[in-house]
Amino acid sequence: MSTLTTNYLAPSGREEAWRFTPLSRLGGLLDASVNLESANTISLVKNIEGLKFSIKSAEDLPAISVSDDSATIRAREFITQVTHIEVAKDANLSEPILLERTSLNGNPQASRTLISAGVNSHATIILQNTGNAILADEIEFDVAPGSNLTFVSLQEWDAKTVHLGRQHAVVSKDAEFNSIVVTVGGSLVRLLPTVEYSGPGSSADLQGLYFATDGQHLEHRLFVNHNVPNAKSRVNYKGALAGDKAHTVWIGDVYIRANAEGTDTYELNRNLLLSDGARADSVPNLEIETGEIVGAGHASTTGRFDDEQLFYLSSRGIPAEIARRLVVRGFFAEIVGKIKNEEIENRLMDRIDAELAKVGA
Amino acid sequence: MSTLDIKNLQVAVATENGFTEILRGVDLTIKSGETHAIMGPNGSGKSTLAYSIAGHPKYTITGGSVTLDGVDVLAMSVDERAKAGLFLAMQYPVEVPGVSVTNFLRTAATAIRGEAPKIRTWVGEVKEAMAALNMDTNFAERNVNEGFSGGEKKRHEILQLELLKPKFAILDETDSGLDVDALRIVSEGVNRVKGNSDLGIMLITHYTRILRYIKPDFVHVFAAGKIVEEGGPELADKLEEKGYAEYTTA
Repeated sequence: MSTLTTNYLAPSGREEAWRFTPLSRLGGLLDASVNLESANTISLVKNIEGLKFSIKSAEDLPAISVSDDSATIRAREFITQVTHIEVAKDANLSEPILLERTSLNGNPQASRTLISAGVNSHATIILQNTGNAILADEIEFDVAPGSNLTFVSLQEWDAKTVHLGRQHAVVSKDAEFNSIVVTVGGSLVRLLPTVEYSGPGSSADLQGLYFATDGQHLEHRLFVNHNVPNAKSRVNYKGALAGDKAHTVWIGDVYIRANAEGTDTYELNRNLLLSDGARADSVPNLEIETGEIVGAGHASTTGRFDDEQLFYLSSRGIPAEIARRLVVRGFFAEIVGKIKNEEIENRLMDRIDAELAKVGA
Repeated sequence: MSTLDIKNLQVAVATENGFTEILRGVDLTIKSGETHAIMGPNGSGKSTLAYSIAGHPKYTITGGSVTLDGVDVLAMSVDERAKAGLFLAMQYPVEVPGVSVTNFLRTAATAIRGEAPKIRTWVGEVKEAMAALNMDTNFAERNVNEGFSGGEKKRHEILQLELLKPKFAILDETDSGLDVDALRIVSEGVNRVKGNSDLGIMLITHYTRILRYIKPDFVHVFAAGKIVEEGGPELADKLEEKGYAEYTTA
């Protein structure tokens, strides 16, 4: 293992991919002198028919995609066992599949999971990330032809958690991949929700929300690789920030290759600054190699909590604190409502309320 | 019987070159059940008067007082003023994305009444008030003022007036941007609230058009930051005929 890591070069912070990330706070995850412990950290809350859960050796189940992410490259070097979650061909799972994190020990760990959605299957998977962890994590999605997979990733980590994660989907012909990423917990979370296609007629919808308070660094780097003709993608991430040194980063890269005629893509990032001392970086990038497309666009806005909105609500007797809560809930409602699970929606909204109350924003 | 008492009110607004004085000593007393029209040319400070009473942070009070039944309004926060019984129908109501009209109205009613209205009677109350203003029921599910037409925004303001039942309403250019039908519906709404309560009204307008529907007891001409002439409804007729020229050349 140590021979493998000798060629590994830790990022210096000057790399485009790492320039926003406070490298001193990664808990050793990128440190060449630190060995990562291979762990299968995802487990099934309840077994469901039409679903297969197994642990396989990393040799038997190699990664299905290429990655140039330092954390992923390093994690792969240490991984010995991979978790494999398979949705059976033609399975139509009406109930969501709940996954939780186990085997976390607060030491630097690496974890890899493959989620395979069988041909013409239909399923929703919800991963609840809780607890205290220092984790380099990779989840790949093999979204087979004609299938429809929704993946909800909830980062409700404890305050000290460091989470570097890649969530990469390979979307096949006529398949649909929906991702909903919610990041509210953790000290430092850096997620890479990325998509490539392996057949035409495929689509990806990436939705996300993040809420950073005092000292949190929450980073989401999206990449949609339009490498086939007639594929569609939508990206919509919304973030709110409150409190001193709250920092969020949103990178939205969309690459339309020369062969990707008929591409239809739009990405959007909106940030709401609720107090001074917080910083939101938002960088959309669109690279287009063919003009024969349906549409390509992006938008990014970062604004302060609107005094006029506050005045309007207050002038109807609504106290400032409740007005602010109304506006933040309203801002996030669009994304949270997509989870389509009342219990989780309420829990997230309650957490957002509590964070707001805590920072007195 | 309540009294809204404005005495020698002076208000300034911060600009790049320091403070600019906008209100230069406004005196006005409104009692329950009275309708006072404040008329004046653009830029005379009418809206500043409205927003200062409601407590908009943009305006700095530099002198004078505003009291409601003897209690200092200027010492209250914006929401406290609303709870005390003041309501401002805005000329440009603000969009609040993601917050539904239903949720907004109920939150406001809960704040004003001090307790959440009983759900069954509340739903009926809202429906009835909306029907009276010719508002479609799906309106309640839309986000506050988002994508509303000018007429819809004004109806939504009057809907709030009906539901929140203030002691005094300040209607800031409620007639602007309304066609004749919408103006009639909105005015009837105001008259209905007044008929059912002892509402005192400060009706701010540039034109006399709305005064055909909402009859003022008193008319005040506003120019250069203060009231320059006062009279009964006949003063509006004079303004209709002669305009504001004699007040602005001074």
